[in-house]
Amino acid sequence: MTDSYTRLVNAGLGKTLSKRLGLPRPAVLRRYRPGDPLTVGPVLVLSDAASKPEADAVAQALLRWEVDVRREPTDDARWGAVVLVLTEAARPTDVSDAVLAVGSVLRRVAPNGRVVTVSRALTDDDPPELAATRGGVEGFLRSLAKELRAGATGNGIVLTDGAAADSTSALATLRFFLSARSAFVDGQLLPVGPADAGADESGTATDRPLAGKVAVVTGAARGIGVDIAKTLARDGATVVCVDVPAAGEGLTRTANAVGGTALQLDVTADDAGTRILEHARSRHGGVDIVVHNAGILRDKLLANMKPQQWDAVIAVNLASQLRINAQLLEAGVEGLRIVSLASIAGIAGNRGQTNYGFSKAGVIGHTRATAPLVARLGGTANAVAPGFIETEMTRTIPTVTRELGRRASSLQQGGLPVDVAEAIVFLVSPAAAGVNGEVLRVCGQSWLGR
Amino acid sequence: MATRKTTNGAPRGASSGATGSARTTGVRDAVIVGGNRIPFSRAGKRYADASNSEMFTAALEGLVARFGLQGERLGEVVGGAVLKHSRDFNMIRESVLGSSLSPQTPAFDLQQACATGLEATINVANKIRLGQIDSGVAGGTDTISDAPIAVSDPLRRALLAAQHAKTLQGRLKALAQVRPGDLKPLTPATDEPRTGLSMGEHQAITTARWGISREAQDELALASHQNLTAAWDSGFFDDLVTPFRGLTRDDNVRADTSLEKLASLKPVFGKSLATSAEVPAVPTMTAGNSTPLTDGASTVLLASTDWAQAHDLPVLARFVDAETAAVDFVHGHEGLLMAPVHAVPRLLARNGLTLADFDFVEIHEAFASTVLTTLAAWEDADYCKNELGLPGPFGSVDRARINVNGSSLAAGHPFAATGGRIVATAAKLVAQRAAETGKPARALVSVCAAGGLGATAIIESV
Repeated sequence: MTDSYTRLVNAGLGKTLSKRLGLPRPAVLRRYRPGDPLTVGPVLVLSDAASKPEADAVAQALLRWEVDVRREPTDDARWGAVVLVLTEAARPTDVSDAVLAVGSVLRRVAPNGRVVTVSRALTDDDPPELAATRGGVEGFLRSLAKELRAGATGNGIVLTDGAAADSTSALATLRFFLSARSAFVDGQLLPVGPADAGADESGTATDRPLAGKVAVVTGAARGIGVDIAKTLARDGATVVCVDVPAAGEGLTRTANAVGGTALQLDVTADDAGTRILEHARSRHGGVDIVVHNAGILRDKLLANMKPQQWDAVIAVNLASQLRINAQLLEAGVEGLRIVSLASIAGIAGNRGQTNYGFSKAGVIGHTRATAPLVARLGGTANAVAPGFIETEMTRTIPTVTRELGRRASSLQQGGLPVDVAEAIVFLVSPAAAGVNGEVLRVCGQSWLGR
Repeated sequence: MATRKTTNGAPRGASSGATGSARTTGVRDAVIVGGNRIPFSRAGKRYADASNSEMFTAALEGLVARFGLQGERLGEVVGGAVLKHSRDFNMIRESVLGSSLSPQTPAFDLQQACATGLEATINVANKIRLGQIDSGVAGGTDTISDAPIAVSDPLRRALLAAQHAKTLQGRLKALAQVRPGDLKPLTPATDEPRTGLSMGEHQAITTARWGISREAQDELALASHQNLTAAWDSGFFDDLVTPFRGLTRDDNVRADTSLEKLASLKPVFGKSLATSAEVPAVPTMTAGNSTPLTDGASTVLLASTDWAQAHDLPVLARFVDAETAAVDFVHGHEGLLMAPVHAVPRLLARNGLTLADFDFVEIHEAFASTVLTTLAAWEDADYCKNELGLPGPFGSVDRARINVNGSSLAAGHPFAATGGRIVATAAKLVAQRAAETGKPARALVSVCAAGGLGATAIIESV
């Protein structure tokens, strides 16, 4: 549920008062429902002069999705989204006209609208002017995202390794950023490479891109894990729900809600990966997706930290992921799509969370290292770093700290568990094969960290 | 019934361990896929306000989740409760409707006292073996905490008369018949209706008659707690139990109990026997070597081999055969809980097996002395000859094979739920043993029940 302050300032007297007083007015975010239109209005595709062919290709793809695509920044529209293609810009001056054109329509971007940039990643061989241009896009996008209002978000696709703007994974990422699935993803630039030849675009535009896939979710008994399982199932996956035996009551509810199976298993067991694989193979014919969501908190200032508090967090949040991944790779599971739950605490750090911070930064570290190992077997490994998410856990945070956590972001609110789930479901979708070794923040452009 | 075929069509030796097979012609195998129960809880504690149907539904939902049976139309769900509200006349069917199973899954209640759960398993297995159904769930549930309480017969008659009266005066006249003493509620009794003796008092007589010592009973109770604790610690129940209402383990099991602690308990049953002319004896049965009143529910998923295979489900064991018996305890000829002693020899004779052919023997621990009198009776030549009609002693059971993962003394005994607990445990035990040794493994299940009843069964690895 949206928090009560957000509800207050979006209706009736609260709306009038908060406007008059200039209080923060977080928007009610639009979230994905199967069958809803991709965007809330027409999509304007702009580009610098040199990138026009790439922009044309992107516009063609949008037309295939039956989106109302425009190429001119006219005054008569309430824009659902603006896509700015800057892939071929070579000098800083090249982008002026295009970014100012975006500025000219910004006031007419609809609530919950989108701005998405498409640019190329810096490489070691870039001449200074090209590097400046490509690097500049990042600062532009992050700043622009902070100017957007009413639930609108700004995100960027950063093409790597010569990937085309209309390549399978670039389009899948564009679709994710344009859609309501990315409601709480804001101010992020996601590197996207060329997908392998085997990457499948066919599911991109359907409501069930994961049909026929078998997904394992750890920590599925409660919290974000429940929404991850439900969202995977909604998109067609068969879900194996894993949690410790003591959490079996919640696990049963999750499994029965998603029509999956419950596997009561402690992920820190030596043979957890093998047992997960055995269950998935014997009961569902294999495993395609693993979401490492199980995690615990044992907050203590380092000066007061007891060994078991440090060790338990590392064992559950980090070591279990490494062991399970190793066992699945050892078994030669092909095309495996792994997503690990990191946290902005692993990026920015949190007082009293040295153990948690280590574990979550460790997740980011091993994700980069796991990616090439999984890629050899046609898979990917990515991480999702949630910011402030409205869960049972964050409800126990003291009020002032909680309010700070919520408001200290561009979207001025906490995200919902489903927002994290949507990002995961995107990363494990067949068409996102070109996204590998990355960390996608789901934080409403939190002020914390990068 | 004389024709015997082995599972694989290949003859096996019948000399030692679990060999041979008891499959009869004309029927197919019923296999045990798995089980699920909620942790058992001592009466009046964690499940104090949980109803029978809530507990059964919870156990059923855990089973559905474990095996991915959401929306599945099963052949039948069979179960029951020993202490049951009259409003729960269709309890199991209501549980099915409250579960994630297809609402097109039929169900019925049955009750055979403490043998309810095993009798439900026999019913489901038989329907599967006859091809009437392909899959089914057997189980049971019982709560002492939420037991039905009835009003006295005079009050009940007055209330019914008042309800049937047509005028206000008639109603008042009917109610005027009620006397203060009639207002005392009738709590459910587990006493035997024909003897007025509690089950414990009955067993105390049997215990004394067989001369079972206090020490032997306490040792058995200790082993039950130790075995169940070890089973929990080793994760044996990770895929047999789903927590309920925050309880994650049976709360009756005492990991830290000892012979000294058990020896310090005062006897609660058989205290009048000290002065009995018939069977004079020092009382030996304490709260430590008797099962406590317990709340809980259990389920077992059974299927035909084909159905299990078609649903990509594991198969733990075959439910081979079963036998029930009853004894004349009313006239003091036989002990109340001795019926399984009569059932097992008949069951084994029919299947061409001896006690030595079993890797595991699960004897429900209504009382520690129930297990011990059962074993003593089978070893007694005169008894076996005169009472069981056997040529000599029926045989001995290696104590290391009995209740290896604990039984009712440690887990507790929610009457109708015990059968499902034992069947699922035994099925997993034989499956594990067969996987370890590469040879078939076999378990004998024996459950005594009120009314001089007993149910027994053979479970064999596949």
